[in-house]
Amino acid sequence: MRRRNLQLDEHGRLRHLLTTEGLKRQQIIDILDTAESFISQEDQAVRKVPLLRGKTVVNLFFEASTRTLTTFELAAKRLSADVLKIAVSSSSAVKGESLLDMLRNLEAMQCDMFVVRHSDSGAAHFIAQHVAPHVSVINAGDGRHAHPTQALLDMFTIRRRKGEFAPLTVAIVGDIMHSRVARSQIHALTTLGVSELRIVAPKTLIPKHVESLGVHVFHDMKAGLRDADVVIMLRLQKERMQGALLPSESEYFQAYGLTEDKLAVAKPDAIVMHPGPINRGVEIDSAVADGPRSVILEQVTNGIAIRMAVMSMVLGRGPMEAER
Amino acid sequence: MTTKNNDIETLLAAMADGLRAKLGAETAADALMVGIHTGGVWIAQRLHTQLHNRQPLGQLDISFYRDDFSRIGMNPQVKPSRLPTSVDDLHIILVDDILHTGRTIRAALNELFDYGRPAAVTLAVLGERSGRELPIQADVVGRHLSLGEHEYVKLVGPDPLRLEVVEAP
Repeated sequence: MRRRNLQLDEHGRLRHLLTTEGLKRQQIIDILDTAESFISQEDQAVRKVPLLRGKTVVNLFFEASTRTLTTFELAAKRLSADVLKIAVSSSSAVKGESLLDMLRNLEAMQCDMFVVRHSDSGAAHFIAQHVAPHVSVINAGDGRHAHPTQALLDMFTIRRRKGEFAPLTVAIVGDIMHSRVARSQIHALTTLGVSELRIVAPKTLIPKHVESLGVHVFHDMKAGLRDADVVIMLRLQKERMQGALLPSESEYFQAYGLTEDKLAVAKPDAIVMHPGPINRGVEIDSAVADGPRSVILEQVTNGIAIRMAVMSMVLGRGPMEAER
Repeated sequence: MTTKNNDIETLLAAMADGLRAKLGAETAADALMVGIHTGGVWIAQRLHTQLHNRQPLGQLDISFYRDDFSRIGMNPQVKPSRLPTSVDDLHIILVDDILHTGRTIRAALNELFDYGRPAAVTLAVLGERSGRELPIQADVVGRHLSLGEHEYVKLVGPDPLRLEVVEAP
């Protein structure tokens, strides 16, 4: 029996969003196009629409987050869904059994979607394997593994600012090793077919065999940023680090922090991105973060549109078996 | 059977006359004209010119307000709705190509009222056919169309505009 991609239903439609890995190019484009329809003509705040009225979305966050939690909640509310917020502390020993019990209870209360953030890689997949057929799961970040909505909003931001993906040189800078965002971005960028994808980081923060993903590795930041169209800065994931991988934050900033000086070797119209929250003076300095090439705040607004798109696509994927 | 292009011009002229008769030339020129994507926008553009309307033309895409979302799913090619931020106290002329079941107009009214409280809404359609499923009627109609049981009519465009009658499969 051929193993199906867990994210797709039996008709090949997106049922869960767990990772950008395995998404076809057209599926990603459809998500970006759908998100575009939620951004109003004047780029103002996204209007409220009744698409998910009567549906219940549960934000199941096993790991701290304000920004992601808030944008998912906003996105669901803008679609007129009812939203439940459940913050489960990781110390409540979430073993397989009790997690499934929690899910069964929530499903008995007729919840249609779970948005899951968890410190264990694979958590969202695990939940997706056990939910009832009409329920969808969105991965809001699992361990070091994936953060697909962040990568998709980054792709959306790049497309809005740059148009085509094919001619672009994109540089991802920073803590690749511990970053689920970087992994999701790498899958998306290679699927969308950018001209060149570069990773810029110290050796200790680059996972082994990363070149097999189709990226060029740089340890020198200026070399890595030369003529880049898009510069994506990652946050140092201190909470996920074990052992002394870096000498100090200030030494990191000297070599890998983004300053005007280092940015000068990129293309003049290069854009600067960061998934947030930013550590000023560690991976990026304020002049750049607040400067004319930064699109960091646009990423936040785009995040609402992308999350609205993904939620409405999975819950509105068309007739389900039960209705036939 | 296809309606010839110059016949569309006749229908448009009839709609313009109907709107002037119903609202008066001044109100027709000052009202906010809103076309429903896609055919309604084509019609509204022409009416906008014929009535010397002074407001920017509004456009509605009703995809997010349809009543069959859970059946047909999400359309990735939704066009943007373009309306002033508020429609409070405005007289709106809502324009569509074909009035059939009435569900599109129901969705359009819901969407309009999410933008505010219009003073009035006048509905003008190019063609009207039998098959109404909701209590919705047009105020101004270009032509009443008689169709056979398995026939559908659609507006093809934008240039030239043509009404096409097709047999359902």
